[in-house]
Order: sequence, then C-alpha cells, then structure tokens
Amino acid sequence: MNTLFEFTKGMKPDSTSYCPGCTHGIAHRLIMEALCERGDLGRAIGVAPIGCSIVSHNYMNVDMCESTHGRAPAIASGIKRVHPGNIVFTYQGDGDLASIGTGEIIHAAHRGEHITTFFINNAIYGMTGGQMAPTTFIGQKTTTTAEGRTEKANGKPLRMSEMIATVGGAAYVERVALNSPSGVRKAKKAVLRALDVQDRKEGFSFVEFLSTCPTNWGLDPVASIEWVNTDMIPYYPLGNFKGMEG
Amino acid sequence: MDDRRLMKGNEAFAEAAIVSGCRYYFGYPITPQNELTEYMSRELPGAGGSFVQAESELAAVSMAYGAAAAGGRVLISSSSPGIALMQEGLSFLCSVDIPLVVLNVSRGGPGVGGIQPGQADYFQATRGGGNGDYHIIVYAPASIQESIDLMGKAYDVAEHYRNPVMLLVDGMLGQMMEPVSMPSRDAYALPEDVSAMKPWAITGHDNRRERNVVKSLRLKPDELEEAVEKRGAKYAAAEQELASYEAVDIESAEVVFVAFGSTSRIVKDAIGLLRADGVRAGMIRPISLWPFPERAFEQVPASAKAVISVELSMGQLIQDVRLAVNGRFPVELIHRTGGMLLTPEEVAARTMDILEVK
Repeated sequence: MNTLFEFTKGMKPDSTSYCPGCTHGIAHRLIMEALCERGDLGRAIGVAPIGCSIVSHNYMNVDMCESTHGRAPAIASGIKRVHPGNIVFTYQGDGDLASIGTGEIIHAAHRGEHITTFFINNAIYGMTGGQMAPTTFIGQKTTTTAEGRTEKANGKPLRMSEMIATVGGAAYVERVALNSPSGVRKAKKAVLRALDVQDRKEGFSFVEFLSTCPTNWGLDPVASIEWVNTDMIPYYPLGNFKGMEG
Repeated sequence: MDDRRLMKGNEAFAEAAIVSGCRYYFGYPITPQNELTEYMSRELPGAGGSFVQAESELAAVSMAYGAAAAGGRVLISSSSPGIALMQEGLSFLCSVDIPLVVLNVSRGGPGVGGIQPGQADYFQATRGGGNGDYHIIVYAPASIQESIDLMGKAYDVAEHYRNPVMLLVDGMLGQMMEPVSMPSRDAYALPEDVSAMKPWAITGHDNRRERNVVKSLRLKPDELEEAVEKRGAKYAAAEQELASYEAVDIESAEVVFVAFGSTSRIVKDAIGLLRADGVRAGMIRPISLWPFPERAFEQVPASAKAVISVELSMGQLIQDVRLAVNGRFPVELIHRTGGMLLTPEEVAARTMDILEVK
C-alpha cells in the first residue's frame, strides 16, 4: 500500500491550543514540513514571539527559545552569529512584528541577516484579547476601536512586506494567504524559497501569511476565510515583492 | 620581566573579555564607554568572533540573549541610560537562566543626566531595574587591573550560576589609563563542543537529542512559583558564596568608611589625611555589591563612633550599609552627585565635622 500522506516529523504529535479556525496550525505545519523535507530539523533554531504563538515551541520539533515582545529578529541575529551554519527563523504576529518590534525587524533586514521571518498577519492582537494592531483595517471593530478604526485617530493599516522590500538587505519578500488549498500550496513554496535564500546566504528572507482570527474577529471559521478574500487581499496584495525579479 | 602595559579602562575591559573567552559583543554608542565598543569592532572579527552595532540597547541585549542562549560567551556594555533600556533583557535572561556579562560604565543621572562619572545606578544594579523576583550579581572593581581580574571571574560566575553578572564601574575608570597585566588570549581555551559544556544551549538538536526549549512564560501560577523559588535557592547560595570585600585598617578605627569603585581610592587618600590629624579611620570596600558583604560589618569595632557611606549619589549604598549595621552605630553620608567628584580633603573635612558633632 502506498503512503499518500504522513504527519510531518517536524511537528510534535500533540493537538494545538489554538482556537478553531485559526490558521496558526497550518502555518506551523508548512514551516515544519519544509524544514523536514530539506533535512533541516536537526540544524534549525526557532524564536517564538510574544502573542498566541509563544507556545509554538510546544509543537515545532526544533530547538527554540522564547522572545521578549518584538525582539525576535534581534535574538535570531545573535543566535545566527554563534551558529552561522544553522537555519535560524523567527515566527511573529502583527502586534509583535508590526508594532513593538518595528525597529528590530527593519534592522535585521537592513543588516541583511541570514535569518528567515515568518510573519502572521491577522489584523489584530490575538492573545491579549482583540485590540487594534497597526495592520487593523479602517472601520474594523476591536476592543480599542469599539466604533471601528478611523484613519484620523489611528492612521492607515501598515503594509509590512512592501516596507521591508524597500530595505537593501532584504533578499526575498513574499505575501501569501492561508485561504484555500491552492493558497496553502503557494505558501509552502514561499517557505521553501525563503529557507533556500537563507541557506545560500543571500540576505534576509520574509514570508507574510494573511491569516485568520475568528475569535477576535467575531466571525466563524468559514466567514473568516471569506473575509481574507474580500477584505484583506485587496489591501494586502499577494505575491512576490523581492527576490524573484526577472 | 614586568609585562605591564599602559591601557585605557574601556579598552582594557574589552580585551579582558576577549582573553576570558568572549567572542560575541553587541553594542550601541553611548558616552563614556565608546572606546570599548570601538575596540570590539576592531578586535573581535580577527579573533574568530562577531561584533554587531545594534540599532538600540534593546536590540543589543536581545542579540546578546540569543547568542548566549546559543552557547556563546557574550559581553554587552553601555552607560546608565542605556543600561536602563537593557533592563527588559536582563529580567528576561534571569527568567531563562542564561549567563551573560554586562558592563555599566556609569554616569550622572537621572534621565539623560550628564556624561561625567556617577554611582547613582546602585539601586538600578542591586535592586533589579526590571520586573519580577530576580537578582543580577554585581561586582564593583576599583582599578583597571581589578576590572580585568573580575572580568574572568564574571564569566565563570555567570556560567556557574546561569545568571547575568554585571561589572559596575564609573566613567572615571572607563576613561583613565593605568598600567595593567593582561593575560594572553590563549589563557582561555574556547570549548570545541559548546553542547557538552552547556547542554541547555539551543544549537540545533541534530536529530540526536530531544529539542531544547528556552522558555520564560509560565501561565500556571504554581509552576511559576516553583521556578522562582528554585531560582531563589540559587540566589541564596550566591549570597553565601560570592559576597566579597576589602577591609582597610578597621581593627581600632573610630570612623569606618564604606565606599566602592573609584570613590574607594579617594577615601583611601582621605584615611591618610585623617591619620595625620590623629583620627583612626578605616574602610570597608564592597567588591560585590550584590550580594552585599554584610558579614564585613561584624568587624566594625566597638570603638567606632560612626560608619560613613561615601558615594557619588544622593545616598543609595547607604541603605545597604544601614541594613548591615542594623542600628549598632550611627550611619552618616558623604556624597557628591551629578558627575562631581569628592576630593580626599573634602572627605576628611566633612568627616571631622561629623565626628565633632558626635
């Protein structure tokens, strides 16, 4: 009998603590599958963020450490200096990366650190209970924008992939969406490319995943996926921003 | 053969770290410690190490955490306001039991303050400037040579206790030059296998062991309490094993000074001036500020009329002095602050004033 599908050795066989319909589980598995297929599980070192996915180290079967809020790219830079032959990655949400951690992410890209950042953009703070993130949409209701985010009070949502693509040390930047089987397949390709770029020491690599947060969006899982399609993708366009020119 | 050479404090601190096996340094410019950062940028790449000029002190301490968690011997340095920014990382490093050596070339404060020497970071260093139940082990060398000697010890202590260790010096020691004996860079053999020496380090599990996870978050209060209590036992051991001091002429003293770092050298000269005037003065010089050498105060003789804390702050060290003296003697303060220094004459004159009133 042929084996058509196997659970990746990159993930511990436990079930995750994430909410139903949250796409953290898919993103975790794609990254771990990619590392496993490349034969990199033994030499990968990950940095978990502050946020829901601080517990990602419970599931990812690689050496990992926790981070202070937003500092994961600096921590990963330190790890990479000690182990330049290893694969070093950060896994960060949008509160962590696009708000408190903007200095660290921009300068890790700026130095062209040979690390990879996986950025989960779900347009809200998850773990702390649904506050506005820099990525939150105009009109989106959160616990700190009860009447909806306004441009006047809070500015416009921040596009991180576009910003990082302008930085010289960034070698590969791509935005994907975990919204469909084909979206997931494209995301896996982007993860593999990002790890390739790191391994070839071409510079900093960055994959942004448009993701869901049904709990804090107040939507069911299916409606959440639909919201990614109807609202997120038009403002956060998918595709490659750097590293696949020509 | 006299192998001594003349070195500037900040450069000597940097070389002392390298000869102690430090190969990773993460820095951010701030006066009066810039010569250290510049020295590391020149010397570490050639020594097989790595230098990064970080985008901020927050990033520098975070890089240091990453490199130390990965098994490296790491140094970070800054001066007072920069050390304030690093407190997030220092609290976190304690919470994950990761060793690190940090040097504070301190200046006057609060806030941006000034760039002249100060000792007003005593509370920040010894009370814990960050959140939670933790301690940084703090040494306060009084000369450049002692800084070199304590740098090697700091790495051993940090790795033994798996806790950050701080060398608290002031801008005077950083900027002055003194003749020093510096060990050679061969003195410390870098470990070939970091994992053997530090089995907790995140190095990649190489499919040969269970993965290592460095974690601070403990959402279950009973588990967090257990972790903090376990660390508390470590700190209790450190208090027994690490408290250190120098005692100067205290056997029959009528006045006992307490001073650390560069101020203790001014006090030594003041003791000579007072002796010439017939006043028997001595000094307790804490070498470790945390743990504070309380036992030294058991030696203060009954003849003492006062114990005087001499410091470049509004009176911070004096709180530990009062706790150690525990009401047995009057405790007085002689101080300057803001980057102003005491002179031996000023210390002697103010001591005479204090004694006349007694």
